[in-house]
Amino acid sequence: MTESFSQYGAYWMCFLVLTVGLYGMLMKRDYVKKVIALSIFQAAIILFFVIAAYKEGAGVPIFDKEIGAETAAAYINPLPHTLMLTAIVVGVATVGMALALLIRIRRGFGTLDEDKLKEKMKS
Amino acid sequence: MSSHLPLPVLLTFFGAALFMPLAGLVHRRAPWVVAVAGSLLAGGFALFGLLHVAGHGEVRYSVGNWDPPFGIELVADPLSVFMLVVLAVIAAATLIHSREPVEREVAARPALYYASALIMLGGFAGIVSTGDLFNLYVFLEIAALASYALLGANGPRSAVAAFRYLILGTIGASFYLIGVGFIFIETGSLNIADVRAIIEVVGLTVPIGVGAAFMVAGIAVKFALVPFHQWLPDAYTEAPSSSTALVAPIGTKVAAYVLIRLMLDLFPGERIESALHLREILGVLGAIGILWGSIMAIPQTNLKRMLAYSSVAQVGYIALGIGLGTAYGLIGAVLHILNHACMKSCLFLVSSNLETKGRGVKIGDFDASLRRDMPVSSAAFAVAALSMIGLPPTAGFFSKWYLLLGSYEEGRWFFIATIIASSLLNAVYFFRILERMYLGGGDEPARRERTRGAALLATPAAALAVGLLLLGFGNAYLVSEFIFPIVSGP
Repeated sequence: MTESFSQYGAYWMCFLVLTVGLYGMLMKRDYVKKVIALSIFQAAIILFFVIAAYKEGAGVPIFDKEIGAETAAAYINPLPHTLMLTAIVVGVATVGMALALLIRIRRGFGTLDEDKLKEKMKS
Repeated sequence: MSSHLPLPVLLTFFGAALFMPLAGLVHRRAPWVVAVAGSLLAGGFALFGLLHVAGHGEVRYSVGNWDPPFGIELVADPLSVFMLVVLAVIAAATLIHSREPVEREVAARPALYYASALIMLGGFAGIVSTGDLFNLYVFLEIAALASYALLGANGPRSAVAAFRYLILGTIGASFYLIGVGFIFIETGSLNIADVRAIIEVVGLTVPIGVGAAFMVAGIAVKFALVPFHQWLPDAYTEAPSSSTALVAPIGTKVAAYVLIRLMLDLFPGERIESALHLREILGVLGAIGILWGSIMAIPQTNLKRMLAYSSVAQVGYIALGIGLGTAYGLIGAVLHILNHACMKSCLFLVSSNLETKGRGVKIGDFDASLRRDMPVSSAAFAVAALSMIGLPPTAGFFSKWYLLLGSYEEGRWFFIATIIASSLLNAVYFFRILERMYLGGGDEPARRERTRGAALLATPAAALAVGLLLLGFGNAYLVSEFIFPIVSGP
């Protein structure tokens, strides 16, 4: 347990953040808090990919004449970072869409609380 | 053109979506014309692709000329072109039908509505034709974001349903992305064919197993497999009727495609199955879904809600077929994707006709005047309902037959009992409506007021109903020519 924590500590923390986000999305009654949790959740996934790209003692993935192209271990893996650039764009679009829906809900029902909404939707 | 194969379909959908704001300025109905033209053109490309792949084998296209393991690859193999054809045909039928319902329900900006619809279709086409795991995630989110917009376009109640779907859908897509992350960490590749080759060498390590579980769980949310189905009934009931008719038949089917792709191409073989039991879990959840959806459909008083629960059940059939994993099971699953898309599309088009003509979708209000006022729609509904139950000349019978054969072959008596029980339950909730339509009283004389565009409303539903009969009769040809190559593999 302690060994896996010292070796994979970053992953443990990342999945802790992920769980916080998941909890908020599923359990919070306020819809704005759900959107905040959604952002936390997506940030955790971005962290996960960035952590996966990290190498001990490696530098930025820009070609360096002194290191040369052969020693790949001297550069960190740039691909997960570029993937996450796309994921950030997707995340922004998702939050934007969620907020647009929230505006419609708020205009229609005057509240963003799940319990009150359920009551108003019954009548 | 044939070397670029899956690309024209994608470009047609996205290109037509880009034209929308311009079309909106030209004329009130121009967006509809562009959407219909775009979907018909895409359908033509997809059909060409189907015939080409059946004759000449699969086509792989490297986007931007970057070679596969590094660049993104589009793949036109028997499964993906088959899905493209299903997608384009249903899209064309629904979009042709959508002129009056959209003008009535989302009057404000038809151009934006059709733009979202085409972006969603383009996203689905992308999911179906990509050969890259991360690219699949991006298309998944493109399609999902557009579908939230479509489903939430009907006033605040639909916005609440769409928001709930957004939360669950994002969790699903994100779980898929986490799974891709684990696979990438272990294999260093994102290309489906490449990852498969690497997994065959390194075997089933812990990250690959965890990744597979995350990916399947994430897609299961989109697929509305039973413990994850809660978003579906609300979203489909509250949405504008033409959105439901567009999203319901295709959305869950594309998720089914991803599951088949994962099971068939990424995690094949018994070693992964014996360690993770993914197929077993899918099959059992599918069986539970069949029963649960059918039982929940019976007490519903709203037609759209009843059809939504029946979708939960029908998705279960596909999961059951994937879960069997044998040739018969997979043929049943793929055939059921096609059949159920046509049936559900036909049923939702009729329910949209009811709403557009101001009849409402309360099952209690249905009576014999329906068959006099809307003879074509009623007949189409009856054919589709019989097909849902699975009576022999219609298409619905054959996919269930293959699933039964597959279950029998594997000795899965629980699955056989489930399929038969669910057919009986289907009969209960569909005959409840057919009885009101065809046997019930209703003394008022036929009030045959002409609705605008009545032919546009009735024809697509009727065409799909005729299509169901043709699919039933042409079933042997269809399976041997197009579906068997999917199952037998390259």
